Amino acid sequence: MSSEAAVMDVPHVGASTGVTNAKLGIWLFLASEVMLFSTLFTTYIVLRLGSSSWPRGWNVLNVPLGTVNTLVLITSSVTVVMAYAKAIERKRGQFRLFMSLTIALGVLFLILKGFEWGQHFHNGEFPSTSIFLAAYFTMTGLHALHVIGGLITNSILLWLSETQWDHPLFIGRVEAAGLYWHFVDIVWIFLFPALYLL
Amino acid sequence: METNHHNQSWMKKYVFSTDHKTIGLQYMFTALSMLLIGFIFVMIMRWQIAFPYAPIPVLGRWLPARLAPNGVMTGAFYNSLGAMHGTIMVFFGIVPLAVGAFGNYIVPLQIGAPDMAFPRLNMLSYWLYLTASILLLSSFFLPGGAAQSGWTSYPPLADFNPGQTAWIVAMLFVITSSLLGAINFLTTIINMRAPGMTLWRMPVFVWSEFVASVLLLLAFPPMEAGGVLQLMDRVLHTSFFLPKEVMIFGVLYKGSGGGQPLLWQHLFWFLAHPEVYILVLPPIGIVAEIIANNTRRPLHGYKIIVSSMLFIGALSFVVWAHHMFLSGMSPILANFFLVTTMIISVPSVALLTCLIYSLHGGSIRFNTPMLYALAFLPMFGIGGLTGLPLGLTPTDIYLHDTYYVIGHFHYIVVTGSIMAMFGGLYYWFPKFFGRKMNDTLGQIHFWGSLICMNGIFFPMFITGMAGESRRLWVPTAQLHDLPVQHWNVVSSVSAWALFLFQLPFIYNFFHSLFHGEKTVENPWHATTLEWTCPSPPPHGNFTKPVRVYRGPYEYSLPGAHRDWIAQDIESEAAA
Repeated sequence: MSSEAAVMDVPHVGASTGVTNAKLGIWLFLASEVMLFSTLFTTYIVLRLGSSSWPRGWNVLNVPLGTVNTLVLITSSVTVVMAYAKAIERKRGQFRLFMSLTIALGVLFLILKGFEWGQHFHNGEFPSTSIFLAAYFTMTGLHALHVIGGLITNSILLWLSETQWDHPLFIGRVEAAGLYWHFVDIVWIFLFPALYLL
Repeated sequence: METNHHNQSWMKKYVFSTDHKTIGLQYMFTALSMLLIGFIFVMIMRWQIAFPYAPIPVLGRWLPARLAPNGVMTGAFYNSLGAMHGTIMVFFGIVPLAVGAFGNYIVPLQIGAPDMAFPRLNMLSYWLYLTASILLLSSFFLPGGAAQSGWTSYPPLADFNPGQTAWIVAMLFVITSSLLGAINFLTTIINMRAPGMTLWRMPVFVWSEFVASVLLLLAFPPMEAGGVLQLMDRVLHTSFFLPKEVMIFGVLYKGSGGGQPLLWQHLFWFLAHPEVYILVLPPIGIVAEIIANNTRRPLHGYKIIVSSMLFIGALSFVVWAHHMFLSGMSPILANFFLVTTMIISVPSVALLTCLIYSLHGGSIRFNTPMLYALAFLPMFGIGGLTGLPLGLTPTDIYLHDTYYVIGHFHYIVVTGSIMAMFGGLYYWFPKFFGRKMNDTLGQIHFWGSLICMNGIFFPMFITGMAGESRRLWVPTAQLHDLPVQHWNVVSSVSAWALFLFQLPFIYNFFHSLFHGEKTVENPWHATTLEWTCPSPPPHGNFTKPVRVYRGPYEYSLPGAHRDWIAQDIESEAAA
C-alpha cells in the first residue's frame, strides 16, 4: 500500500453476478469457440450439399480407430470431473492421479490420431486429394490443436498443484480447465459421426 | 495480489505493463500510427487515380523499380496499397483505436473498476495486435509484395496472389487479439462494476463497448475459420474455395475441386458486416458522452439509445449478404437480406435522432470535442442515408462496386467514426495525460479536416454514379468515366490537403503531452466516474472505494447547487 493512493486489488467475484471472472471468461471463450467450430460444420454441410459425389465416411476413414478414440476422450471427460471433485475435497494425491490420467488419455488420443493420419499419408491420401479429405484433415487438425491446448493447461495445473494448491483461485482454475476439456470432447462427439458415420 | 506498483522497473511500468491505462495508451499510439500509415498508402494511390500514368512526384524517386518503374506505380503495387489500406484502416486502425485504446482506458474507469478483469490477458491482446501489425506491414518486403486481393480477399484470386499468406497469418493474430480483448471487456463490464453501478446507470460509451465486444466475440470466429480454410488452400493446396479447374494468370490450375468461391464471401461478410457496427458503435458512444457533457443536459432517450444499440447488435448478424446481391446468390435470399437491412436502419435512425434531440434546449459549449461530436451527426447521417440505395437490390445492381460504395462507407467510418474519435481524443486527453490540448490548433484541425473529408468523399458519389468501378488501377480505362475524371482530381487534392491539416493535430498532440496547460480532475465538469479520479489516474484508478448513487448524465438538475452531479455523489446537498 503506497502513501498517496490506496490501490485496490482486482476483485475476482462479480458483486452482482456471484460468478468468478475466470468462470465467466471461460464461458465467453467457449461461446466464441462454438462459433468457430459451427462455422466449420456449416462449411462441411455446404460443401457436401454442393458436391456431386461425397464419399461415405466409413469407406475412407478408419471407423474402429475413431470409435476407440471417442471412448478415450469420453473417459478423459470423466477423469477431469473426478480431478475437479478431488480438488474441492482437498485431496491433493487423488487430484494429481486423476489429472495425470486425463493428460495420459489426451496424449493417447493424439497418438491414435497421428497413427490414423499416418495411415492416410501412407496410402497417398492428403488434404489436396479430395474435398472430403480436405474437410477431414482441417477439422480433425484444428480439433487436435485444441486437444494440445487442453493438454498444456492441464499439465500446468498439475504442476501448479505442487505450489499453489491452497491458492484461493486454484479450484476455479481447475473448473475452467475442465469446462474447456469438456468442450474439446463435445466437439469430437460431433466430429466423429459427421466425418466417420454419415 | 501485489499491491505496490510504485517500485516497478521502467520496462514493467511502460512496456510490459498490465495496467489497463498503459495498455490503452499503447493501443492508442500504435493504432494512430497505423491510421497514418494507411492514410499515406491511400495518398499514393490517389496520385494514380487523379493523374493516371504520371510519375509520382518526390516519392516516386525513392520507390524501388519493381513497385514503380520510373516513378509510375505498377498495377500490382496499386492493388497492394489498396488491400493494405482497407485492411489497416479497418482491422489495425479504427477497431484498435475504438475498442483497444478508448475501451481499455475508459471502460474500467467509467464502471468504477480498478483494472480489467484479466490484466495479463489484456497485455497479451496488445502484443498480439502489435505482432500482427508488424507482420502485415513487413509483407511489403516479401517476394511478390503484399496481398493484392483487396481487404475482402475474395478467392479464387486470393488463393493465388502473392503476399496473401502473410495477410492471413496477420489476420489470425489480430483476430486472436480481438477475441481475447472481447472476453476481457465482457467479463469486466458484467462482473466488475462498482456497487450501485446498475446496468441502467452505465454510461452509453460502456454500453457501446459492451455491444461491440459481443459482436467481436461471436462474429470473428467464422472469419477465423474462413482464414484457416484459405490458408489450407494456399499452403496445403486444398480446394475449399476453388472449382476443379481454374485458369489463373494464364496458367491452368487443376485441384481436387469441390469447393465454392461464394462460401468465402459468406464467411467473410458474416464478420465484416458486424465489423461495421464495431467501427461505428463505440464512436457513437463517445459522441453521446461529449454531447451530454457539452449541452449540460441529460441525453434524450438514454434507454432508447441503449436499446437501439442492443437491437443493432443482434440484427447485425442477419444482414451480411447485402454485400453479395450481385454475387449470383438466390434472389429469394436477397429479398430476406434486403428486408433485414431496411429494418436495421430503424434503430440507427433512432440513435441519431436521440443524439440530435439531445441538443434541444441545452446550453451548448462549443469547445473542440463538441465540434467533432456535432459534425459527426450530419456526416454520419449522410453516410447512413446513402447506404439505403445499396441495401435495396434494384438500385444496388447499378451502384454495386462503384465509387459510390466507397463514398458511402467512408462517410460512415471517416467523417463518422474517425471524427468522433478525434473528438474523444480532445475530450479525454486531460484524463490521459493531465494536460489540455490547445484549442486554437484543435479548431484549425477540425475545420480543415471537415472540409477536406467532404472534398474527398462527396465527389465519389458523383464518379460512382457515373459508373466508375472501385478497384480500377486506371480510372479512365472505362471511356465513359472521362467526363467525371476532374472529380477524381478534386478528391485527390482534398486527400493531400487533409494530410496537411493533420499536422497541427500531430504537433498539438505531442506538444500538449509535455507542455499543455495542466488541468484538474474534472476540467469539463462531467458526471461520469472517470472524472472522479486524478488525471492521470494512479495504478488501481480510484483513491477511495467507489459507490454509485445515480444515473450517468445528471446535468442541470432542478434545484441543485450546480449544473452537474457526479455519479458517486450521494445527496444533492453535498453537490
